[in-house]
Amino acid sequence: MAKYASRLNRLFWVLAVVAFVVGLYGLYSRIAFGHTRANYGSYVPWGLWVAAYIYMIGLSAGAFLFSTLVYVFNIRRVSAEGTVAAPAVGIADGAAFERERLEQVGKLALFTALVTLLGALICIWLDLGHPERAWKLALQTSFRSVMGWMIWLYAAYFVLLLVELWLALRADLVARSDRSALARFLTFGRRDVSPAALAADRRVLRILGSFGVALAIAFHGSVGAIFGVVAARPYWNSALTPIMFLAGALLSGGALLTFITAIWGPEPGSELHRNLMRFLGQIVLGLLALDVLLEWAEFSIGLWNGTPTESASLLLVLFGPYWWGFWIVHVGLGVIVPAILLIFLRRKVWAVATAGALIAVTFLVVRLNIVIPGLAIPELPGLEEAFHGPGLTTHYVASLSEWLLFVWAIGLAALLFLIGRRVLPIVHSER
Amino acid sequence: MAESEKVPTTRRGVLRGLAGTLGAALALTAAGKQPAAAETAAAPQAQPPAATAAAPLPSDPLAPEDVLVRMERELRRALAKPREQRRWVMVIDLRRCVGCSACTIACVAENKLPPGVVYRPVLEEEIGTYPNVTRRFIPRPCMQCDNPPCTPVCPVHATWKNEDGVVVVNYDQCIGCRYCLTACPYAARTSDFGHFYTADTPPATPFLLGQETADDYERAANFEYGKAWDRADGGSPIGNARKCHFCLHRIAEGMLPACVTTCIGRATLFGDANDPDSLVAEMIAKPNVMRLKEEMGTEPRVYYLL
Repeated sequence: MAKYASRLNRLFWVLAVVAFVVGLYGLYSRIAFGHTRANYGSYVPWGLWVAAYIYMIGLSAGAFLFSTLVYVFNIRRVSAEGTVAAPAVGIADGAAFERERLEQVGKLALFTALVTLLGALICIWLDLGHPERAWKLALQTSFRSVMGWMIWLYAAYFVLLLVELWLALRADLVARSDRSALARFLTFGRRDVSPAALAADRRVLRILGSFGVALAIAFHGSVGAIFGVVAARPYWNSALTPIMFLAGALLSGGALLTFITAIWGPEPGSELHRNLMRFLGQIVLGLLALDVLLEWAEFSIGLWNGTPTESASLLLVLFGPYWWGFWIVHVGLGVIVPAILLIFLRRKVWAVATAGALIAVTFLVVRLNIVIPGLAIPELPGLEEAFHGPGLTTHYVASLSEWLLFVWAIGLAALLFLIGRRVLPIVHSER
Repeated sequence: MAESEKVPTTRRGVLRGLAGTLGAALALTAAGKQPAAAETAAAPQAQPPAATAAAPLPSDPLAPEDVLVRMERELRRALAKPREQRRWVMVIDLRRCVGCSACTIACVAENKLPPGVVYRPVLEEEIGTYPNVTRRFIPRPCMQCDNPPCTPVCPVHATWKNEDGVVVVNYDQCIGCRYCLTACPYAARTSDFGHFYTADTPPATPFLLGQETADDYERAANFEYGKAWDRADGGSPIGNARKCHFCLHRIAEGMLPACVTTCIGRATLFGDANDPDSLVAEMIAKPNVMRLKEEMGTEPRVYYLL
């Protein structure tokens, strides 16, 4: 596995650079032509970029919540059965060593949360009609709008992520200070690595992490609530919407972290790594089951109530022109195949990693299937025929420019991750 | 050609006999009366009630007053009141709408709307099956809801109901997130994505005027909200949510909204519903009045007469 991990690492460098470079055209197109090259319009006002935003922000919230397993819930050991041991057990030297390795997954999770958050913010920032006015969101906020709350919640989340990451990395930054100027700078002068200082760090991390659990739930819940409160769109207008956003965030973020741990986690190929992968795989399987349950609730209630307002959007998801997105990409590759891998091949690291990658990647379709079908039902019959012009249609397919900008944002997030992993002591074998 | 030759022959034939002449005269009288009778029955508001009847036009003392004249007079009366005491409403008589879309175009011209932005499309609906078939036309301006779902979702206070009760957008404040577009149940908001009608037209050549001249109209500023908004410089309202505002800039000058003025069937009425003597106050008290998506509790200020 170790050999594959380094090969895959190289492959991902290539992919990230290619995505970044190819996607630059999307960025150019957005800057040079504004929104005229995008296919969203006035009847489907939100398109791929909004879906990409909630997708990546979900990955971020999910990865962050996984980090709290280490920092808040204090999981220190994973047994060969993929179960966890209570903190009280781990006093022996072996346990302390293992805890060290688990903390690396915590750092990996925090760093993943940070880069996906940046990718998400870039997508939604460029989606604005006036990106230069984004500051108004923070300084002239209307708290009657869920979106106003969301801005403040994710500003707080962003700061919390940075502080947590810094605290988690501080000891390693100090250790690397004599070799790396960057590490020395990033310690910001706090070089104390005495057991007392580290214990203090850990205590603050635990407090911040506990606060972060609430913040991540509030923050991603508010992203869901943005959709949930819109009474004009029956498909979105449900108390289940924010809950589904959270479950989806946990699932997709956890799946991504599982895949990332497989390649960039501590000591690929070791016993610990295998146990860790199995542990993560089992959590992801549980979250997958939860997500399927919620999805079933949404579809069954929406279709059985028989009123066309909500079922119209659901039928569009199930049997509309992009039925294959739901059935093949989401149900097939995002649920059934990963479930088979996680149930029958749970001891195989490659299988768990593949399942994680499949869930994380195909989740974009779930996000698209939230945003677009809610909008693609005309609010008044005959609206589309009444007046013609760009964007006055409920049929939406993302344009090439939109896809490329999304690819660029993904490439940017991936590059930030790969560079960060290289220059920051996120996962390492020293000490 | 054959038909035009036939017609005079037939007419001459009819005119030849005395009985024929009488018959034609009778038919003409009947034909002349019929539309007038139908109009009275279908749209009683055409005749101003005696209580509020104003001086008839000096040019033709017998002609009933055009509703536009009455509404303009009422508009001046309303403008003399403090803003918060006015209640602008629009009444659209669907029986008088012929689906010509003149209002849509007048609105586009008045507000210089670019491609993809429309404030008042006319929805068309076919009802029944042959031979019992009819078409219904529903002009859809902004409903100027008293309980608007679009304003509270704005994260930056860029849209609100003004003192006149009209839902307005501050183009300089709007960040273009389009949340309000999703929140409106009537799709009454569209976004200005920066399209131009002349975008892909050729530049000037020796025999053609070219884009530089053809886009004069698009480079001219509109006067929404009483301010000159120049789209040519690429700034707002490009990138903003845009919507019908009952032509507030025209009202301020004592003019009716462009769609009202231009309606060939006088199907769109406008005025202050707080004035009990106004035409719109009379119309919205009819039993055949309805509003769109009443069940949503948005309390629209646009009423339809069925």
